[in-house]
Amino acid sequence: MIFLLMMAVPLAGALAMLVPADRFLPGDAAVRRFGAGVSGATLLVAVSALAAFDFGRSSRMQLEVDRSWAPAIGLRFHLGVDGISLPLVALTALLTFLCFLYTLRHPPAGGRARLLTALLLVLEVGMLGTFTALDLVLFFVFFEVVLIPMYVVIAVWGGPARRAAAYKFILYTLLGSGLLLAGMLLVGAEAGTLDMTELAARHGSGLAHGVQVTAFALMGLGFAVKAPMWPLHTWLPDAHTEAPTVGSVLLAGVLLKMGTYGLVRVALPLAPDGARVWAPWLGLLAVIGIVYGSLACLAQRDLKRMIAYSSVGHMGFVLLGIATLTPVGVNAALFGNIAHGLITGLLFFLAGSVKDRYGTGDLNVLGGGMLTSAPRLASILTFASVASLGLPGLAGFWGEMLALLGAYSPHADLPRETFVTFMAVGALGAVLTAAYFLRMLAKITHGRTPDPIEPAAAAPAPSEGSAARPALTPPERAPIPAEPIAALTRYEYAAWTPLIALTLLVGLWPKTLLAVTTGPVRALFGGG
Amino acid sequence: MIQGIDYAAIAPPLILAAAALAVLLADAFDVPRRAVGLLSGGALAVAFGAVVALAAGDRRATFCLPDGLRSGGPRSCSYVTDDFTLLFQGLVLAAAVVVVLLSLEEITRSRLPAGEYHFLLLAAVVGALTLVAARDLVLLVVALETLSLPVFALVGLRRYDGAASEAALKLFLVSVVSAAVMLFGISLVYGATGAMHLDRIAPALDRLPSDLDPVAAVGVVLVLAGFGFKVAAVPFHFWAPDVYQGAPLPVAAFLSVVSKAAGFAGLAIVLALGFPAYAHVWGPLVAILAALTMTLGNLVALRQRTAIRLLAWSSVAQSGYMLAPLAVGTDHLSEAVAATAAYVALYAVMNLGAFAVVTGFARRRPAAPAGWDELDDYRGLARRSPALAAALAFFLICLAGLPPGVMGLFAKVVVFRATVAGGVTWLAVVMAVNTVIGLYYYLVWAARLFAPPAPAAEDPQVVPYEPAPGPAVRAAVAATAAGALVLSAAPQLVLQAVSTVG
Repeated sequence: MIFLLMMAVPLAGALAMLVPADRFLPGDAAVRRFGAGVSGATLLVAVSALAAFDFGRSSRMQLEVDRSWAPAIGLRFHLGVDGISLPLVALTALLTFLCFLYTLRHPPAGGRARLLTALLLVLEVGMLGTFTALDLVLFFVFFEVVLIPMYVVIAVWGGPARRAAAYKFILYTLLGSGLLLAGMLLVGAEAGTLDMTELAARHGSGLAHGVQVTAFALMGLGFAVKAPMWPLHTWLPDAHTEAPTVGSVLLAGVLLKMGTYGLVRVALPLAPDGARVWAPWLGLLAVIGIVYGSLACLAQRDLKRMIAYSSVGHMGFVLLGIATLTPVGVNAALFGNIAHGLITGLLFFLAGSVKDRYGTGDLNVLGGGMLTSAPRLASILTFASVASLGLPGLAGFWGEMLALLGAYSPHADLPRETFVTFMAVGALGAVLTAAYFLRMLAKITHGRTPDPIEPAAAAPAPSEGSAARPALTPPERAPIPAEPIAALTRYEYAAWTPLIALTLLVGLWPKTLLAVTTGPVRALFGGG
Repeated sequence: MIQGIDYAAIAPPLILAAAALAVLLADAFDVPRRAVGLLSGGALAVAFGAVVALAAGDRRATFCLPDGLRSGGPRSCSYVTDDFTLLFQGLVLAAAVVVVLLSLEEITRSRLPAGEYHFLLLAAVVGALTLVAARDLVLLVVALETLSLPVFALVGLRRYDGAASEAALKLFLVSVVSAAVMLFGISLVYGATGAMHLDRIAPALDRLPSDLDPVAAVGVVLVLAGFGFKVAAVPFHFWAPDVYQGAPLPVAAFLSVVSKAAGFAGLAIVLALGFPAYAHVWGPLVAILAALTMTLGNLVALRQRTAIRLLAWSSVAQSGYMLAPLAVGTDHLSEAVAATAAYVALYAVMNLGAFAVVTGFARRRPAAPAGWDELDDYRGLARRSPALAAALAFFLICLAGLPPGVMGLFAKVVVFRATVAGGVTWLAVVMAVNTVIGLYYYLVWAARLFAPPAPAAEDPQVVPYEPAPGPAVRAAVAATAAGALVLSAAPQLVLQAVSTVG
């Protein structure tokens, strides 16, 4: 029941936004407070779900709701969580709340607070539903719910090239979900049930080898688009770069996880034979993604675009963990999911704040010396960067380390030499990750502040025609404002502190998270 | 030998036939247009009531072979009202009521003769009702022609308009050719089996001597082709866009919903009841037709610039999705028929809704440059009439099959499920790719509604917008929107209903 409530609260909040503005909550500030309140209430429900969850039996589905919905097609409204999904549910509720908190003071340019609030709440319903659904068709419905709201968020509040980015996002992901639907229904039709717990308990017995191979290929492609896996990632940098801050945070923090979660929850247990056939390919593409993402990051000039490409690399580690088909690897993947959600969420918040203050996200234009001009912002940015590059003691480290460890001793049916090679290449990618984050830090936080430019020089008189002499105003010097950079606001601290604290917590005590996921992951592979 | 006729079973078409004559007479006596429209809509409502009453009772059958002629075979009734029939009759009648609502203003605006218009419309509905109840090939063909002939006249009713006349002629020629093809196919099947009743054809085809096998196979394929014209499947689709564009908008809505629903019902009846023995022939053929239809329909729809042509090509593409489940052949055939029925029913609601908004909008652009609504004219509709824009956007999202249009999503799920269950996975993959193409043009149109108005809108040449469409069109939009919302919240209503028909 608790999950019904958890989804009913944001849904009701979104529906309330349909009431005309003059009847209910006139004024944008009131609407934003309402959004924060609703998502806060949802977070409270999620926290109470955490409290009600029996961590001793984390491999069992708990807090289940199971109603018949459309018996004609065998569809049930079946919700529940185990140790695999619970952390993601909590992460979703937390990140959504933090996004609302952040928009209280820092709304994206473009106004329309009502619409934004409604869309973010619907998005939350879809994300929570995806992580709690235990029926294949129900899972698919929630998987699709997020598409239109995220499309509109990008298309309305996005950057200059938002249109193209929004279309690219929705068309790419819809292609993935179409294939996913075909794959899931193939399993459902052959096995005669759509219930995920039941199908997982069967461990693929009763499904012909060919069916499993086809089904895993279809479902894997569907999830790989979402994850995203190289070479299906090309929608991601555009979508991230153009989306407003809250959109990027939710996209990176939660939406990408729907892909990897789906692989672990749906594709692996439903078609284990298929997984063994495709795992080396999945591993190969994952490793290419790691290296490609890192190299692409080294070449980026834009802060948000760089973080977006870093997601490709990090999700590569997650996919590599899944591809090992071992409890260690899948645990690593789930850990990496959460860590990436926390750290990249924080990074996108920071990128948004940098852009707000400096008016640009271009690394060259930002110049250096942020530690001088905005010491606190720069410190937190440094913290998030080193967390993301996998410094031991912070959240990013464990997911990557365990994924590489998993690749060292993959599942017995998989070619070990291949995976050891993957491990070596993946480790190289981890070094590259460090390289690009340090390059970024060296470029913008360290060094000397660019000389403040007099307003007259910064904005040459229009009569001279600034376009006529671009060579005289190199982009490195142009738009840095002369006035001091604004200090961090309370809302920014409020949105970031939980993420920083959790990054430290799961980094220093990885067992808090691993203890939850280990049981269900063992069960996934048929162990106790 | 005198046959008893079960008048209760044939009540719905009978009521409408009587009403059609009454409308014609009333027009002759100069009854006001409004009363004629009311009579026509009322008759449809009464017929709908009759269908509901029949649904409460048992399965009925009439025009059966008398005992003396049966020679031990099955009962062989020509007209059967089972759950399948009643579902489609209800669907046809409900859709026809919406079409009548849309027509009321169109008749005034386009100076159409009201009595003739309603007479023709009711006559066509009689054909549709009979078609979905027919269980022998002769009645099927007669019903199909009863459905088609009035529609030619309806399309060409705007006598002063060259485009309408051209459309009518095109529809007439295509339809006559398809009828001839189908009759040839039927004659071959009859020659091979010696039977006209579907419940006799099926066993006869099953134990056909092998030398007659090619004859029967060609017959089956030709019958399929005949229906292919009716439902605008590629390669028999080319009439659709021109006819939709030339016809009055409510007639186009009728063609794309009522006519198509009846066509699919007829196709399902013939394939599932009559020709299951030849599933190895028509199964792969339907699969290829479905794949071609959805792909071509979607690809061409991408390039359309006017609303009505986009709807026409999208409805071609949607035909492909409806055909897809039938591609399974005998494997899970009853599920497949149920899936097609569900898709047709859900499609009827969303497509009628889109047509209703387009009709209401077209009414407000009487002086559109080419006489047709460019998609760009829809820019900024959300500012001028938010409700209309929201409704259209919702219908388009439903047609694309994404939440919040849960109805469309479930329609797709059901079709995918039936296709995959029948082992035609490649078709499901083709469909997956097609939903992406489809989404693009629906979404581009929906996004236009919320974009700022085009500068051309300030052009003084253009007649200023009227405040709102008339009450009848608004009622039609409201009814379809309500239907779409209800079915999006509770798609199981339709899914349950069709699960009994398989």
